Amino acid sequence: MTERHVYMDHSATTAVDGAVLEAMLPYFSDRYGNPNSLHLWGREARKGVNAARDQVASLLGAESSEIIFTGGGSEADNLAIKGFTFTHREKGRHVITTAVEHHAVLDSFKWLKKEGFEITILPVDETGMVRISDLEGAMREDTILVSMMFANNEVGTIQPVAGAAKICRDRGVAFHVDGVQAVGHIPVDVRELGIDMLTMSAHKMYGPKGVGVLYVRNGVKLEPIVHGGGQEHGLRSGTENTAGIVGFGAAAELAARRLADGSIKEEVRLRDLLIDSVTTSIEDVFLTGHRTKRLPFHASISVGSLEGESMLLRLDAAGIGASSGSACTSGSLEPSYVLLAMGLSHEAAHGSLRLTLGKDTSEEDIVYVAENLKRVVTGLRALSPLWKNRG
Amino acid sequence: MYSEKVMELFMNPINAGKMENPDGVGEVGNPRCGDIMKIYLRIKDERIDDVSFETFGCASAIASSSMVTEMVKGLTIDEALAISNKDVVKALGGLPPQKIHCSLLAEEGIQAAIEDYRSKQRAKTEAKA
Ligand code: FES
Repeated sequence: MTERHVYMDHSATTAVDGAVLEAMLPYFSDRYGNPNSLHLWGREARKGVNAARDQVASLLGAESSEIIFTGGGSEADNLAIKGFTFTHREKGRHVITTAVEHHAVLDSFKWLKKEGFEITILPVDETGMVRISDLEGAMREDTILVSMMFANNEVGTIQPVAGAAKICRDRGVAFHVDGVQAVGHIPVDVRELGIDMLTMSAHKMYGPKGVGVLYVRNGVKLEPIVHGGGQEHGLRSGTENTAGIVGFGAAAELAARRLADGSIKEEVRLRDLLIDSVTTSIEDVFLTGHRTKRLPFHASISVGSLEGESMLLRLDAAGIGASSGSACTSGSLEPSYVLLAMGLSHEAAHGSLRLTLGKDTSEEDIVYVAENLKRVVTGLRALSPLWKNRG
Repeated sequence: MYSEKVMELFMNPINAGKMENPDGVGEVGNPRCGDIMKIYLRIKDERIDDVSFETFGCASAIASSSMVTEMVKGLTIDEALAISNKDVVKALGGLPPQKIHCSLLAEEGIQAAIEDYRSKQRAKTEAKA
């Protein structure tokens, strides 16, 4: 029935860009050598990995030696948190994170707690933002690590990373940032910001799945969590995912270009067009997350008297891919902990809908999405006892 | 993840909407995810003459509501009370395991609406007496 397909779930994953794919392809069957081999094949592969390391480093304003390739963002988070605390556990046993982190961070913290660490989980305000004063207040003599995301996946809110970094630096506490949603989409300079460790993921920025990076500032000591052949400065053993790494490099270069050429401004314009049109044309809809301090591609709303899964599936039938933090979409039947941490009611979390744009999203796409969302909401509200009962 | 029948009833639900002057109304909620189902009944000679629903919930809850209303239409009250969520799931061509609980709302909704009808009947006979 539908011809048009509009993918609006770029926070979940993105398509590999054409140029990125092209850069990767030779490394499957042509330059297939093991980068650890000394012969021609090995040297060719090593060249590809080295070039990619330079490309990623340059996107972050880092040194190439500070880039550790991993098997993805979750692994990089685990390496940063477990690797750092294991090495420095004699210095202190207190670690701090926030209530809206990705599970890779939150569950690593839970694991630390089991291992005898004391953990503080900072609350967020109604926009999903951490208050710097809360971080300041949580700092202790024995605090060794703070882990905070750059921007939130569910509501797009950008955290006060520079401020948090300064507080950490002043106290000699290591600062890890989960930048999976942010890097490649907003300028991130690790030196300028004063970040000690930064997680990133290729597939959130038009690169392939299964490859991540942990930036580790020179001088920061970590224990590896994958032992073996000693690749990646001994921090991540295992034969390098050459094609994936090369793809990450190409994606980093694409990101640097997009950050410089005004693409992001256009993305923000389209995002705001979407937010404005759905919040004005549909009754009882509000934006979740911060209005301006949010990811350029990220729109998230809550629709009153409705449930997210039903909206998702009706949008899907219209060729639109979206996501929701509704209890009914989660296997656990719990609503999104991020939305609850922001003080949203269960009902508001129930009606949550996330629409995330990509580099190829057009204005026509936005208009199509806004129109169809209005139609879907009207249709489902006709079924909702909550909507009718409002009188 | 949903069967064709579920998607069909979710996209184009049958018997959806509020009923004016129903003989019985049942409202039930799912304590786990917070969803709400409301069933309206019109009863004639102890038979379900008409039935409709309103549901705030997932696709499975909406499809279950629609299905159960189709199933009970024309049945006697006792026949309707005998319908279980398993019958609804079966008629829907199955539900994913984590969505079975949504069909429970359908069973309970019908029961609650019939209970409401019966208590109104009792009140009427008492008023007459
Ligand atoms: S009603 Fe919430 S999961 Fe089905």
